[in-house]
Amino acid sequence: MPFKTRYEQLTSAIEPEEMILNMGPQHPSTHGVLRLELITDGEIIKEVIPHIGYLHRCFEKHAESLTYQQTIPFTDRMDYLASMNNSHAWVMGVERMLGIENEIPKRIEYIRVLVCELNRIGSHLIALGTYGIDIGAFTPFLWCFRDREHIMNMLEWASGSRMLYNYIWVGGLFYDLPVGFEDRCREFINYFKPKLAELNQLLTDNQIFISRTANIGVLPMSLAINYGCSGPVLRASGLKWDLRRVDEYSVYPELEFEIPVGKGEMGAKGDCWDRFKVRIDEVVQSIHIIEQCLERLQKELKRTPDFDPRAKMPKKIIPKAQDYYVRAENPKGELGFYFITDGKSEIPKRVKARAPSFSNLQVIPEISRGVMIADLIAILGSIDIVLGEVDR
Amino acid sequence: MVSADDIKTILLQKFGSEVILAEEHTGLQEALFIHPERIVEVCLELRDNPKTYFDFLSCLTGVDFGVEENKFGVIYHLSSLPYKTQITLKVIKDHDPTDEALPSFQSVVHVWRTAEWHEREAFDLVGIIFENNPDLRRILLPDDWEGYPLRKNYKNPEYYKGIKVD
Repeated sequence: MPFKTRYEQLTSAIEPEEMILNMGPQHPSTHGVLRLELITDGEIIKEVIPHIGYLHRCFEKHAESLTYQQTIPFTDRMDYLASMNNSHAWVMGVERMLGIENEIPKRIEYIRVLVCELNRIGSHLIALGTYGIDIGAFTPFLWCFRDREHIMNMLEWASGSRMLYNYIWVGGLFYDLPVGFEDRCREFINYFKPKLAELNQLLTDNQIFISRTANIGVLPMSLAINYGCSGPVLRASGLKWDLRRVDEYSVYPELEFEIPVGKGEMGAKGDCWDRFKVRIDEVVQSIHIIEQCLERLQKELKRTPDFDPRAKMPKKIIPKAQDYYVRAENPKGELGFYFITDGKSEIPKRVKARAPSFSNLQVIPEISRGVMIADLIAILGSIDIVLGEVDR
Repeated sequence: MVSADDIKTILLQKFGSEVILAEEHTGLQEALFIHPERIVEVCLELRDNPKTYFDFLSCLTGVDFGVEENKFGVIYHLSSLPYKTQITLKVIKDHDPTDEALPSFQSVVHVWRTAEWHEREAFDLVGIIFENNPDLRRILLPDDWEGYPLRKNYKNPEYYKGIKVD
């Protein structure tokens, strides 16, 4: 008998009462161009088969034909909601291969962490807001976008672009922060804190919302680990695993913050509500990190007129022959870049991007068997994928 | 905390000397070259041994080493959540890239389920077959795509479905 893939087995063994239903690629609840092929029995889902690749641009092929500095704008376009974090991971990998990671001035590292955490809040706000709209709550979506707009404006002020920043460069930054950035950032934090409390009142503790998300899509910790889930998805299953603490990269060891984990407050541990709550708690922690960064950027690491954020930038980036896997904690999870270099050229021989959403999305069929179609929307939203990163 | 040397000792005791073909200490991360036919056993042992506990597969990469080298490889980045350690495993096979037949490696899907999509991606973009992967189809490119874009000898197609690409 010829080999049949699981896909062929599933789609050829449809029972008379079952139906194949395509959700996407234009469905708004798939958060981008994702097609979920559902095998349903009435409203009950028997099997989910994700089809991805609609947004594929072959990032890895581009990276194999461009220099390390030129690839940074391409990393921005992977997880386009957290561009700063992507380029930070890329830049860290290149700097470590060059062996210059300890020469980067502290002020630059603090600015990097500051903009990354701002971007993390922005990314989580999208996740939280669109999750509300998936469930049927319209107002939180508008509130989240209203607050995110402030972050967009600030990062645009620093980098010149609203979403795709190209701000963090190998060995430095595009520019120093604009004068007055720290004060405006403080203003935003003061404005945002009560807004977050409002959001909690409206959505997190809302009984309708809890009924839709508690005990839905329960992801046990062992399954999450085996499926390579990372970030808020893994932490919501109860594991304290944050690469900012594990790898202690950049200046995170000098900063105080906690790692929120899912506790199963409203239902089982690792359900949709836990994943939502972990993101809310992470926003609070990011605010805390930003406050500490601002404190240092305005006191001991104050801006000086002769400070040049491009001073340590290497003229030519040619790492010695090696291979290196760098990983960093993105809003969605573990973002990894694997480089193979030959030591002669400015262009890497092979680059592989390990995207967190790619691995997180893979677990969907496992936790969606036997649920209602409406619950699948809740599960998908709680995983928080960005298709730009899944497809790369 | 185990180092690459400790892992080597564990594997040598369990499987004998032919399992590890070579080791690499040149870069920032240590790597072990594993015998292509033994990779699944090695991965299972590293995952379940209480001294190593590599329960998380961070990344799986398929590599074409170029036309001159005639080699294909699969590289595994393992990490252990309880011990916070990392290790790189490499499996390399000689294979002529101009050959019609695809190079074939063993699948680790039954060790880490996350490998399934990573292996499909390596199949899709580099053209590597993974034996025992239950669902080996193209994942990112369309089903009717010809060739494997991350091969070093890949030529961009001039036409796609009869439409000139430029």
